[in-house]
Amino acid sequence: MVPRLARMLALAFALALTALPAWADDYETLVTSLGSDNFADKEKAITGLGTLGDARAVPVLQALSDDRLRTGPNNQVLIVAPNDPTKVTDAVTGKEVTGVAPDSLTRVIVNNRLRGNIEGALGGLTLFSPDRDTRLAAARDALKHPSVESVARLNKAITGETDSEVRAAIQKSLYAAQVVSGTKEQQLAAIANLANDTDPRIKSLLDEFAATPNLDPEVKKAADAAIASVNQRLQLIGIVANLFQGISLGSILLLAAIGLAITFGVMGVINMAHGEMIMVGAYVAYVVQELFRAYLPPGVIDGYLIVAVPVAFLFAGLLGVILERCLIRFLYGRALETLLATWGVSLVMQQAVRSIFGSPNKEVSNPSWMTGGFDPMGGFTVTWNRLYIIVFCFVVLGGLALILNRTTFGLQMRAVTQNREMARAMGIRTARVDALTFGLGSGIAGMAGVALSQIGNVSPNLGTIYIVDSFLVVVFGGVGNLMGTLVGALTLGIVNKVLEPVAGAVLGKVFVLVAIILFIQRRPRGLFALKGRMAET
Amino acid sequence: MSDPTQARARGAWGPGFWAAFIGAGVALAIVVPALNLWVSPNSAVAVPDYIVPLLGKYLCFAILALSLDLIWGYAGILCLGQAAFFALGGYAMGMYLMRQIGARGVSQNPILPDFMVFLQYKELPWFWHGFNHFAWAALMILLVPGVFALVFGWLAFRSRVSGVYLSIITQAMTYALWLAFFRNDMGLGGNNGLTDYKDILGWDVHSPFTRLGLYLATVLGLGLAYLICRFVTKSKLGRVLLALRDAESRVRFLGYSVTNAKLLVFTLSAVLAGFAGALYVPQVGIINPSEFSPGNSIEVAIWVSVGGRGTLVGAVIGAIVVNLGKTWLTGAFPDSWLFVLGGLFVVSTLIFPRGIVGLFRQLRRPSPQQPTTMPVEEQA
Repeated sequence: MVPRLARMLALAFALALTALPAWADDYETLVTSLGSDNFADKEKAITGLGTLGDARAVPVLQALSDDRLRTGPNNQVLIVAPNDPTKVTDAVTGKEVTGVAPDSLTRVIVNNRLRGNIEGALGGLTLFSPDRDTRLAAARDALKHPSVESVARLNKAITGETDSEVRAAIQKSLYAAQVVSGTKEQQLAAIANLANDTDPRIKSLLDEFAATPNLDPEVKKAADAAIASVNQRLQLIGIVANLFQGISLGSILLLAAIGLAITFGVMGVINMAHGEMIMVGAYVAYVVQELFRAYLPPGVIDGYLIVAVPVAFLFAGLLGVILERCLIRFLYGRALETLLATWGVSLVMQQAVRSIFGSPNKEVSNPSWMTGGFDPMGGFTVTWNRLYIIVFCFVVLGGLALILNRTTFGLQMRAVTQNREMARAMGIRTARVDALTFGLGSGIAGMAGVALSQIGNVSPNLGTIYIVDSFLVVVFGGVGNLMGTLVGALTLGIVNKVLEPVAGAVLGKVFVLVAIILFIQRRPRGLFALKGRMAET
Repeated sequence: MSDPTQARARGAWGPGFWAAFIGAGVALAIVVPALNLWVSPNSAVAVPDYIVPLLGKYLCFAILALSLDLIWGYAGILCLGQAAFFALGGYAMGMYLMRQIGARGVSQNPILPDFMVFLQYKELPWFWHGFNHFAWAALMILLVPGVFALVFGWLAFRSRVSGVYLSIITQAMTYALWLAFFRNDMGLGGNNGLTDYKDILGWDVHSPFTRLGLYLATVLGLGLAYLICRFVTKSKLGRVLLALRDAESRVRFLGYSVTNAKLLVFTLSAVLAGFAGALYVPQVGIINPSEFSPGNSIEVAIWVSVGGRGTLVGAVIGAIVVNLGKTWLTGAFPDSWLFVLGGLFVVSTLIFPRGIVGLFRQLRRPSPQQPTTMPVEEQA
C-alpha cells in the first residue's frame, strides 16, 4: 500500500516537475529563438510570446522593437538598458549579467513586418496587465489591428476578465477580429453584434470589410445591412447632438434676451447697454472667483458660482436702476433717442471695464461639478456646464413667470405694459414700476453673464456678441410675453445649429437674419404679439 | 397776409441761402487747395499734403451724415445700417480700382486681382465683369445701394415696420452683411478687403495732385448732396415726410401713401450714402468688411445728433466736428475716446437734443417755437 501511494506521489511530483519546466521552457525557447537569424523563426517566436500571455515578455518585445536586444555567447538573449549601454540583463531570467563587453554582442535585427507583429503581440500582452486602465487601453487598442492571432488572445483575455467595462471593450474588439478572420457563422454573429455600435472605427472597419472582393454573398449582405444600421444610428446621433447644441444656444439666447424683452415690453425702451449688463455679470463671476481664491480655503472654491449668481443679479440690477433713474426716465417717450443714449452708456461701460481689468480675456474656471460631461448614446458628449445652463435658464424663466403672475409687482408690471395711462389712473406708481422693471431686466442680464462665463472667456466686448442676437429674439418672439421670448430663443438657437453643418456657421447666420426680416413681413409684431387696443400704439 | 408756408418755401432758395452756400463752398474748394499748393510749407496757415485726404474723409462722412439726416431728421426713420450702404458704394468703387491695377499686382495677373490668385480662382466671378469701365462702376455705385435699399425698404415699410423695430432690423441687416463680407467665398477679398490701389481714371492715387483732385470732387459731391437734400426737404414731398414723422397714421388717413414716400426717401438716402462711400475709398486706400460693423452705423447717428438733426447743415457740422475730435483724441488720449464718444451720445440726447445748430438758433432767437426743426417723435 505504502509503496503504491509513494509511487503515485512520486508520479504526481514528477508530473508537476515536468509540467512546470515545460511552461517555463516554452517561454525560454521562444525568447531564445528571437535570437535566431531566420526572420520566419523570429516571427513565430514573437507571435508565440504574444499568445502565451506571459507578462515577462513585455520588456523583451519592447527591447526588440527599440533595437536593444542582443545575442551573446551560448545563444544567450540579452537586453541592453535604454539609457545605459553597459548595463545588460538576461532576457529569460531578467537578472543582470556582468562581465560582458557591449561590443562583443550581436544586434537582433527586425524588419517592418516584424515590427508590426511586435506591436500586435505587445497590444495583446498588455491585455493581461494587472493594471485595469492598461488592460482597458489595450482592449480598445486591439480594435485597430484585428487578426486571427488577436482572436485567440482576446478569447483568452475575456475568460479571465472580471471588470465589466474592460470586458465590454474586449468583446467589441473580439467581434471586430472575428469579422475579419472568423468562420462564416462567427462573421455573421459578429456583424450582427456590431450593427448597434456607433464607434467611427467600427464603421470604417465594416466599410473596409464590405469592400473586400470575393466576399461570401450572405456575409456581404449582412455587412451592408450593418453599415446601413450604423449610418442610421450615426444620423440619429447627429440630429440629437444638433438638437442639444441648439437648445443650449437657445437657452443662452433666452437668458440674454429675457431682460431685454421685459424692459422693451413695459417701457417701450430699447436698452443697447443690455449686452454690457451681461458683460458686467461675467466680470462679477470673475471677481467672486478671485476673491474665493484669495481669501477662502481651497476646499470651498467650487461654491464661488453659487455666490456669484445672486451677487451678479444684485450688482447688475443696481446698475440698471441707476441707469433708469439718471438717464432713461428723462427720455421717456423718445424711444429712438433712448436707443442712442444707452448705446453711449454701453461704450462707456466697455471702456471702463477695459480700464479696470485690461483688455485681455479673463478666464473663469468651471467648478468641479460642472466640468466634464457624459455620453448618453455613444458618439456625442453632453457637457455638464451646458446642461446646467439649460436647467438654470428654465429656473430663471420659471422664477420670472412666478414674479409676473403671482406678485403685486408683477401685476403692476403687466398693467403698465398693457396700458400705462390707465395703470397710472388706477394708482400704480409707474415711475417706481419702471425703475424696478429696469433693475429686474438688468439683474437677469447679470445672471446671464455668470452663465456665459462658464462656457467662454470673459472680455469687455462679451456683450456686443449677443446684443444683436437678443434683439432678434425679441423681434421674432414678440414683446411683453415670456412665451414669445422662450419660443423665439429656442427656435433661433436650434435653426442656427441645424443650419451650421449644412451652410457653414457664417452663412447659416446670414440665412437666419434674412429669414427673420422676411418673417416680419407676415407678423410685424412678432410671433406672440399683444392683441387688441394696447397693441396699436 | 401771405401764407407762411409759401413764404418759407421762397426763403429756402433766397439770396441769403445762396450767399452762405457759395461762401462755404469757396472756403472748402478754393482756400484749402490754395493753402496746400501756394503757401510755403513752413507757414503757420499751410495745409500739409497729409491733411488733404483727411479733410476729404471728413467731407465723405459729412455726405453720409446728410443722408441719414434726410431720413431720420425729416422722416423719422432711424436707419442703423446707413454705414452698410456707404460700404456697398465703397466696395463698388474698390472693385473698379482693383481692376485698374491690372498686371502691376504682386501676382502680375492682368485679369485677376491678387487675392483671387492667392485663393486660386480660375476666372473672374460674374459680378466683377464690367468693373474695368469707370462708367459701369459709377452706375453700380449708385445702383447697388439703391436697389438694396429699395428691396429692403419695400419689405420693411410695406408691413409697417417702424420706430425701434426698424432700427433693429437695419442693425440686423448690416450685421448680416458684415458677416457675409468676411467670407472669402464672397469673392470680395474676405477679411482683407480690397486695397493696394494704383490709379483712378489714369491718375496715380498716391500723388498729392490726385488727392487734391479727389478732395475737390468730394467738396463738389457734398455741395450736390446738400442741394438735393435741401430740394427734397423743401418740396411738397418734404412736407409729407415731416407730417408722417410726427403723425404717421394721420397722414395715412389723409390719403397719402406713406409706404411710397418713405421708400423714395430711404432709397435716395442709400444712394447718397453709397456715393459717399465711393468717394471715401480712393482717399483712404482700402475698403474692408469692418466698414459694415454695426457700431459704425450707430456712430453716424451721433454725428447727426451732435450737429442737430432735421437741419441738414447740422449733419455736416456734426460729422466734421465729431471726426475732428476723434482724430485728435485717439492720437492724444487713446483710452479716453470711447468715454468721450459715449458721453456725446448721452449728452447730445439728454441735454442738447437740438445739437449745435439748435443751440445757435436758440442764441439768435430765444423763442422755443420751432416746429420744423424740433422733431417730436411719435410715441412708440
